[in-house]
Amino acid sequence: MQLDRRQFTAAALAGAFSLGWRFPAQAQAPGAPATGAEIGIWAVVHPDDSIVVRIARSEMGQGTSTGLAQLVADEMDADWKFVRLEFVAPHDNLARKRAWGDMSTGGSRGLRGSVDYVRKGGAVARAMLVQAAAVRWGVPAADCGASASVITHTPSGRTLRYGEVAAAAAKLPVPAEVTLKTPAQWTIIGKSVKRLDTLPKVSGKLQYALDVTMPGMLNAAIAQSPVFGGKLVSFDGKAIAGMSGVRHVLAIGDNAVAVVADKFYQAKTALAKLPVVWDERGNGNVDSAAIAMFVAEGLSAAQAGTGLKQGDAARAIAGATRKIESVYGTPFLAHATMEPMNCTALYTGDAVEVWAATQNGEGTLAAASEAAGVPLAKVKVHKTTLGGGFGRRGNQDSTRYAVLLAKQIPGVPVKLIWTREEDTQHDFYRPITQCRLTAGLDAAGNLTGFHMRISGQSIMAFASPATLENGVDPRMFQSANAEEFGYHAIPDLLIEHAMRNTHVPVGPWRGVNTNQNAVYIECFIDELAHAAGKDPVAFRRPLLAKNPKNLAVLEAVAAKAGWGTKLPPGVFRGIAQNHGYGSYVACVAEVSVSAKGELKIHRMVAGTNPGHAVNPQLIDAQIDGSFVYGLSALLYSEITIAKGRVTEGNFDTYQVARMADMPKVETVVVPTGDFWGGVGEPTIAVAAPAVLNAIFAATGRRIRHLPLKDQDLRPA
Amino acid sequence: MITLLINGQNHSVDVDPETPLLWVIREWLGMTGTKFGCGIAQCGACSVHIDGAVMRSCSVSVGSVGAGKITTIEGLSADGQSHPVQRAWLAHDVPQCGYCQSGQIMAAAALLKETPKPTDADIDAAMTNICRCGTYNRIRAAIHTAAGEA
Repeated sequence: MQLDRRQFTAAALAGAFSLGWRFPAQAQAPGAPATGAEIGIWAVVHPDDSIVVRIARSEMGQGTSTGLAQLVADEMDADWKFVRLEFVAPHDNLARKRAWGDMSTGGSRGLRGSVDYVRKGGAVARAMLVQAAAVRWGVPAADCGASASVITHTPSGRTLRYGEVAAAAAKLPVPAEVTLKTPAQWTIIGKSVKRLDTLPKVSGKLQYALDVTMPGMLNAAIAQSPVFGGKLVSFDGKAIAGMSGVRHVLAIGDNAVAVVADKFYQAKTALAKLPVVWDERGNGNVDSAAIAMFVAEGLSAAQAGTGLKQGDAARAIAGATRKIESVYGTPFLAHATMEPMNCTALYTGDAVEVWAATQNGEGTLAAASEAAGVPLAKVKVHKTTLGGGFGRRGNQDSTRYAVLLAKQIPGVPVKLIWTREEDTQHDFYRPITQCRLTAGLDAAGNLTGFHMRISGQSIMAFASPATLENGVDPRMFQSANAEEFGYHAIPDLLIEHAMRNTHVPVGPWRGVNTNQNAVYIECFIDELAHAAGKDPVAFRRPLLAKNPKNLAVLEAVAAKAGWGTKLPPGVFRGIAQNHGYGSYVACVAEVSVSAKGELKIHRMVAGTNPGHAVNPQLIDAQIDGSFVYGLSALLYSEITIAKGRVTEGNFDTYQVARMADMPKVETVVVPTGDFWGGVGEPTIAVAAPAVLNAIFAATGRRIRHLPLKDQDLRPA
Repeated sequence: MITLLINGQNHSVDVDPETPLLWVIREWLGMTGTKFGCGIAQCGACSVHIDGAVMRSCSVSVGSVGAGKITTIEGLSADGQSHPVQRAWLAHDVPQCGYCQSGQIMAAAALLKETPKPTDADIDAAMTNICRCGTYNRIRAAIHTAAGEA
């Protein structure tokens, strides 16, 4: 069966969207000799015993490739010291009828979305290796065992190494059924092994997409319509024709222009001097104030989509002793991956080859095919390690633009690079939302009704409108839907979204909507606790009664942080919990705020129950990292719009957290062993609300609109 | 023609003296361990040493370097892993995506040369490079480890 482009794209996107984003891994085969034997499809065993584990998902720093290798190696009874990584190329996956499954990497699904079939792949390889040894010895396979890459014939004590039987094993039939280990039998899963990809990142030798070079390659800089939705009218290439290194000035599609030069530095220098005329297409007067008013209108609009309804919230709130209401808001955010957007493409008339940092290699393949106008089978996609992803690199804009450019200079490889400013100003941003929360308390301070109205932009409406469900974007309710909302013990609940879409392109941003929703829910619950005169942990306990896993992780961080114990003078605590991407998380933050309003975050204690903890030290790293991303959003980052375009450009105006901002982070990993949850994204959601609640404890100030920069935090 | 002394070797390049050192290292000389992140000395991904001091090479014109001795990540140690900072980075499994780490390592190496036993405040002041994956706490721990070793 040959998939056509439309079917393939649909398959790649379906996988992607059920996962949260659509994105991939890297094509760096760490130097394994070509003599290996493919045992099943997930492992290649070499005569020297080295084992290459195939990785279909993308590696963008989250450690998924090491975790996946642990899953395969454990079921394989491999000796971990022999394990290396190799990234599956999207064109190989296509040629083998998607044998390696979904390659998109998002929604914290890298492990939990592939756990069953990659473990099975390891078990299959083990069975084939054991069978090959049994055949060589002329004994029943049932009399043989395997451990640390060595097969032992138990009755005789004879042994063979995996490398010795690999070639024979590869010729055996692949067993259809294998038995997976029980968690008690795991020896590599659950261990804090080191990442397999660190050395080339420390030596500087790892080649990212931005480092790709090849003979005859040209480099290009791109300018897209500054106003979103605008079109390219004209440009005056003659004005820069004599500049150093400049070879071509070319339109890309109908909304961008590129200067192609020998070097990127020459291309970007010339592009800055290129006269360009744009058609703003009616969006040239939109600004942040207008967008804020447009979104605010949705907070009280009659029409809204329902995410969660239980009982009659309106009636409960109307009949309550006290009614509490607050409005929160969060801005557009850019991803600002450290490696700016880029892609290298080579078009040769009937085929196209691309080198890309992508979170969805199959989506990249489909995008390259479409842009080049060549069949899928004529596309090669070389994936690199990503210099940061965070959701940004599930979009295929860099591939599409690079291929459209390469198509105009056939036979010449061209690397198209975004400047930092271009990257910040042409992102698919975290959507803007506001949220009105209303609740009723009875005379004893019990929460009787809870109404949450989100208003703002939908990612699905922008990226895949056909997947809206009766006009509703279910991802708006991440962490606020029936499955993930924690406070089901509240008798009457209503959570809604009024969709208000702007002309600004939006997309998944690490922790898609869970960040914003957790700020709204957890800060408001904190407000209610204070209104009820109750301790924030004590107030949450009965509300979480129907969600014991949420409560358990909340209790775990409270205990680790010493909730309720005395703190140094001037230091105050805040707490938050959440359930998203399959995992249960909580955080306690300790902060102080000076008389001048200077915030210092001293310590954050984070807890997660990811079900199974495949590699605790990598989980620690992801919690640390998610907090830096979350604190950047809390403290500094904001994309604003003026004259239809993004105001911020480089890191001087789009500010992010640095070393000096970082508190000490302590982690409590409390896996319950009964499910597979995500790791890369879940904890980001609790970083901001825990700190905001601690700021209230310290100052009496409720900050309801992010970021904190330029806001008065002086104790009220 | 401009001659640059990089990692102990002379390189002659025919380039406008105003060209930033970063692009000469990456595009004219093909050494890609030094990264482009921002181009305005904000992020530090392009950090190199010039006469032992850490500099953001995107904002140093190649004409201004003169006879200065340039060290890039490729020249920090002969085998790419034995400088005390690289050893500490490996011990702490510091990198996530890794893109900023060449610059972080060069900044840390320069800090330890100047201040062999840095305090947390010294680290906060010197290590202003941006990491979007959020490896700051492991960087801090690794610098303390490297300081203990030095």
